[in-house]
Amino acid sequence: MDIKAYIALSLTLFTTGIIGVLVRRNAIIVFMCVELMLNAVNLLLVAFSKMHAVSPAAKASLTYASDAQIFVFFIMIVAAAEVSVGLAIIVMMYRNTHSIDVNFLNRLKN
Amino acid sequence: MLGTYTTFPELLILVPMLAGVICFFLGKNNAAKNVALFASIVTLCISLASLCYADEKFAKYNTVSYIWLKYIGSTYLVGLDATGRMLTLLTAIGFPLIFVATYKNDYKNSASFYGLMLLTQAGLMGVFCAMDALVFYFYWELALIPVYFLSSKWGGEKRIQATFKFFVYTFAGSLLMLIGIIYVYLHTPGRVFEDGTTSAHSFSINAFYQAKLAVSDQAWVFWLFFVAFAIKMPIFPFHTWQPDAYDQSPTSVTMVLSGIMVKMGLFGVLRWLIPIFPAATKEYAHLIMILSIIGIIYASCIAIVQDNLKKLVAYSSIAHIGLMCAAIFAMNAISVQGVLLQMFNHGINIIGLWIVVDQLEKKTGVKEISKLGGVAHKAPVLTILLVIIALANIALPLTNAFVGEFMMFAGVWQYNHWYAAIAGISIILAAVYTLNMIQKVFYGETKPLTESIKDIALHEKVILSVIVVCIFMMGVYPQPMIDLTKHAVKVLLTINQ
Amino acid sequence: MNNVLHIVWLIPILPLIGFLINGLFRNSLSKSVAGFVGSAVILASFALSIFAFLQVKSGNTHLAHYFNLINIDALRIGFDFKIDQLSSLFLLIITGVGFLIHVYSTSYMHEEPSKDFAKYFAYLNLFVFSMLLLVMGGNYIIMFIGWEGVGLCSYLLIGFWFKNNDYTNAAKKAFIMNRIGDLGFLLAVFWLISKIGTVSYDEVFSATSLAKLSTTDITGITLLFFVGATGKSAQIPLYTWLPDAMAGPTPVSALIHAATMVTAGIYMIARSSILYSMAPVTQCVVAIVGLSTAILAATIALKQNDIKKVLAYSTVSQLGYMFLGLGVGAYTGAVFHVMTHAFFKALLFLGAGSVIHAMGGEQDMRNMGGLKKHMRITHLTFLLGCIAIAGIPPFSGFFSKDEILAAAFEASPVFWVIGVAGAMMTAFYMFRLYGMTFLGKFRGTHEQEHHLHESPAAITFPLIVLAILAVFGGFVGIPEVFVHGGHKLAEFLAPVFAQTNAYVSSHHAHEALSHNTEYILMGTSVLLALVALSYAINKFSKYQKTETASTGLAKVLENKWYVDELYDAVIVKPLRSLSAFFNNVIEKKGIDGLVNGVGKAVNYGGRQLRWIQSGQVGAYVLLMVIGMLVLFIIQFFVKNI
Repeated sequence: MDIKAYIALSLTLFTTGIIGVLVRRNAIIVFMCVELMLNAVNLLLVAFSKMHAVSPAAKASLTYASDAQIFVFFIMIVAAAEVSVGLAIIVMMYRNTHSIDVNFLNRLKN
Repeated sequence: MLGTYTTFPELLILVPMLAGVICFFLGKNNAAKNVALFASIVTLCISLASLCYADEKFAKYNTVSYIWLKYIGSTYLVGLDATGRMLTLLTAIGFPLIFVATYKNDYKNSASFYGLMLLTQAGLMGVFCAMDALVFYFYWELALIPVYFLSSKWGGEKRIQATFKFFVYTFAGSLLMLIGIIYVYLHTPGRVFEDGTTSAHSFSINAFYQAKLAVSDQAWVFWLFFVAFAIKMPIFPFHTWQPDAYDQSPTSVTMVLSGIMVKMGLFGVLRWLIPIFPAATKEYAHLIMILSIIGIIYASCIAIVQDNLKKLVAYSSIAHIGLMCAAIFAMNAISVQGVLLQMFNHGINIIGLWIVVDQLEKKTGVKEISKLGGVAHKAPVLTILLVIIALANIALPLTNAFVGEFMMFAGVWQYNHWYAAIAGISIILAAVYTLNMIQKVFYGETKPLTESIKDIALHEKVILSVIVVCIFMMGVYPQPMIDLTKHAVKVLLTINQ
Repeated sequence: MNNVLHIVWLIPILPLIGFLINGLFRNSLSKSVAGFVGSAVILASFALSIFAFLQVKSGNTHLAHYFNLINIDALRIGFDFKIDQLSSLFLLIITGVGFLIHVYSTSYMHEEPSKDFAKYFAYLNLFVFSMLLLVMGGNYIIMFIGWEGVGLCSYLLIGFWFKNNDYTNAAKKAFIMNRIGDLGFLLAVFWLISKIGTVSYDEVFSATSLAKLSTTDITGITLLFFVGATGKSAQIPLYTWLPDAMAGPTPVSALIHAATMVTAGIYMIARSSILYSMAPVTQCVVAIVGLSTAILAATIALKQNDIKKVLAYSTVSQLGYMFLGLGVGAYTGAVFHVMTHAFFKALLFLGAGSVIHAMGGEQDMRNMGGLKKHMRITHLTFLLGCIAIAGIPPFSGFFSKDEILAAAFEASPVFWVIGVAGAMMTAFYMFRLYGMTFLGKFRGTHEQEHHLHESPAAITFPLIVLAILAVFGGFVGIPEVFVHGGHKLAEFLAPVFAQTNAYVSSHHAHEALSHNTEYILMGTSVLLALVALSYAINKFSKYQKTETASTGLAKVLENKWYVDELYDAVIVKPLRSLSAFFNNVIEKKGIDGLVNGVGKAVNYGGRQLRWIQSGQVGAYVLLMVIGMLVLFIIQFFVKNI
């Protein structure tokens, strides 16, 4: 399949994520949008990995055709860790402020 | 044992450093003070011993190299050469003098005070011993940062402002130097270590000397280094941190700053500037000498109208350092030899001067010259010792500063007559401000503030007498010091051929 | 090394030991011990000096090398002493006159507390030490060490009574003016080093070294040395410190500011005579400056009323004559005049000290008068000194002054005319001084009159010895016209100036004055001096105090031609305002302003940028996205980065 389709899909996902982070105020939605961006990047990594695997230089490598895919696992693990911490923060925030509006957090400034 | 397990430069650095760390953990009583004094005396003994092993055949006593950051081509390389030996000796003499002279002072939280002082000493020793650019930079900062804390914590009323200025000035200089070091580093040849590791570039001093920078590159990298050193010395117009810092720091820190730390700048020029940038040195020598000479006259003039005793000494020091800087850039055998001699002598004299000024301030509580007077009746010993040290400071013959200043002037004259003649005016101006000060502080009738002062105590007499004896010994028979540093002059001049 | 003269190091070391003893133990020494130690070391030095002199006289000169002061490849300066005819003569003058003045001081300073008494002798010994270094040095650096050393001692001794601000001001002025001269000296030495790489006399004056020096070099070097001499020997333009230096104790004025230190400049030029002879321009400058100083100082001396001030200006004037002698090439004459001047001027100062002592510290001659009958020895010796300085034969001043004037006549009759005019004034002001002090009626208070007495033996003994020397000292230099081979001093000094004389005679056709001319010259000058002398005695033996303020020229003279005021306006004040300008404007507003300005700018910028940190998470993310976009755009559309 043409690589361009993957790029297009992942760009769409990524842009959706960015716009979501920028316009939404609900912390959980913002959070999900962040995850969306991460997954867009994951998709792209896997796609490029597959594409580059045909080159002879890559075949010589010890980790033939799996570099990027290993990276994806890393990102997923980091994302999982992030989710656990992030959700915990949101829960704590809700307990304290009874709101999950991110703009509410600007009081941290002072 | 020596040479196999440890060497002089290591000892010189480690003894104060370890003692400094120990001091931090000591209680509030006098323990830290005594440990510091003891450590500094041990360091002095080591330094004196190192003089006996100055010969080439004791090379393994005097240099040592540990693998440190080999992948970027840096080793922990420290060594003593002639210049380093002379300046470590000055550092080693200076600290015990300072500790004894201020023994009676009580500092709040004295454990940290003495700990920081000793760390400064370790830093200074490191600067004078470093043979690797990264090590040099490391110690350069190590010497600087404790002084910042010392001044800002134990200084005078306006200490925060003064130390902030000091810190910004010197730190800006250090960063410029760091950029310069990295730039030169990128032009050094590669290096192979004993274990086969290779690095593309090297931080060792020899590699820096071999880094053949293009003349156009030298032209601007030179200034990165020079500004750092010029701030430290300081040279006009980078000097304004100094009078404030001297005025506001606790006196023992001021002694370190003016007696030893300013030598870091001169030393830097001698070791890390001129040999690396020979073309730029030649090109800018005139400019720098003119700056120095403006500084000499300018600082001397300001000293004449200063009412603050400490600032007067500070400006006088700026003038003297300016002459040393001019003499370095004259780059001939007489002038450079004079500088090496004078670096040591200036350190001794100015520490002596600060001890006396400190005594006066402690006894009367003021440092304004106009409020003092007639001290000679009340404290004749203090007066005599001050007059001797002050006259040494203005280079009267048979005192130590004369030989050095004479050679520096003679060397500058060889470079350019007019520079020497104009700089020579400072001889007259120095007499004016020194005699003014002596007259107003010591002569005349006593004033209310000086009515009840007492002469100095025994240990201060002893310390000042030691300094005075040094002054005369070095003034009448300076040849040993010349012999010690003669070789360094030759090396420097050959590198820069 | 085997030369017996190698022990000459003892000559300066002895006074140094005296200095150390008196200086370190000044609190515990009694006055008699301090005075004894101070004088005894000088006496011992004097004995050794006589020994050295006799050795030199029998033809044994020596360059003693002790150790190296500086020894690097480019420059070698040894701690050397050169004992030859010139230095041995000066050794005699310094230690001889010095000893007498030490003895005199034991009595004169007796009223000081014993601590200060010992301090005084310590300073005096230190001075003798420095002065000996100056004349014994075998190179210009040792000379310079002594040169600055005597300046320092002069400073310490002028300001000896340091409670008085005027005195310490005078001391400061002396030191600073000397330092101006010293700078000239140093620059000359640097010039020598840069051209021939050595400062030792023997090497500098050797033919090979001299060949390396161009005429410009020699003229420059000699002029700079002369600047040094004007400082130390109080010549125009640096003479004003000497009259002020009279603030010091009187024996100090006699020793330092009349007999020894101020003649250092003459010694230096005589030592470098070959250089000066090779630089006609400089010689001309030296002669003119010397003559102008002689006249200027003599005119000021005419109207001074302070007994020591008159003598001080007289010293300046006599030093001017010596420089005139040096300028016209009469080196022997100048050195001769140094010697006779040391005798009679030390005598006059000590006599004045005796008078001041008797008057209880009074120095104003208007309050003296008629002291003749109260102080017989002082009066007699003082009179002999006055006759000697006025140049009346056969007293010593006549011979030396005549030798200089004769040489001046050879150079130019104008010099001679002006010189004789100065000599007339000398006779006039000295006998004005004599008349006002010793003749007529006593004009002081009743209390003072009651107190008048002859001084004790420790004071009169040096006066008598010096008076004998002042009367007969001239006979070592009787001119050829009177006795063939009578000029023993010239014979003695001949080896020192041999090189110079050879050079001069090979370059200039030299014709000695005919005997008739010389008789006429001598006769005229003596006659004119006698006229001035008798006029002064007539006028001032009947001197009465008047209250009217003087006007016109007299007022200008009383105020010393307003030279001090001029210097103050032209140098001191501008320097102070320049310094204040540096301090207040450039330092505080300029450089510090710039540095603080940078600090303020950063502060201001920080405060403005703070508004970006709004705390809105969304705003941060937006900024981040914008930043990323900018980077992308740069990456894609701006090439070659």
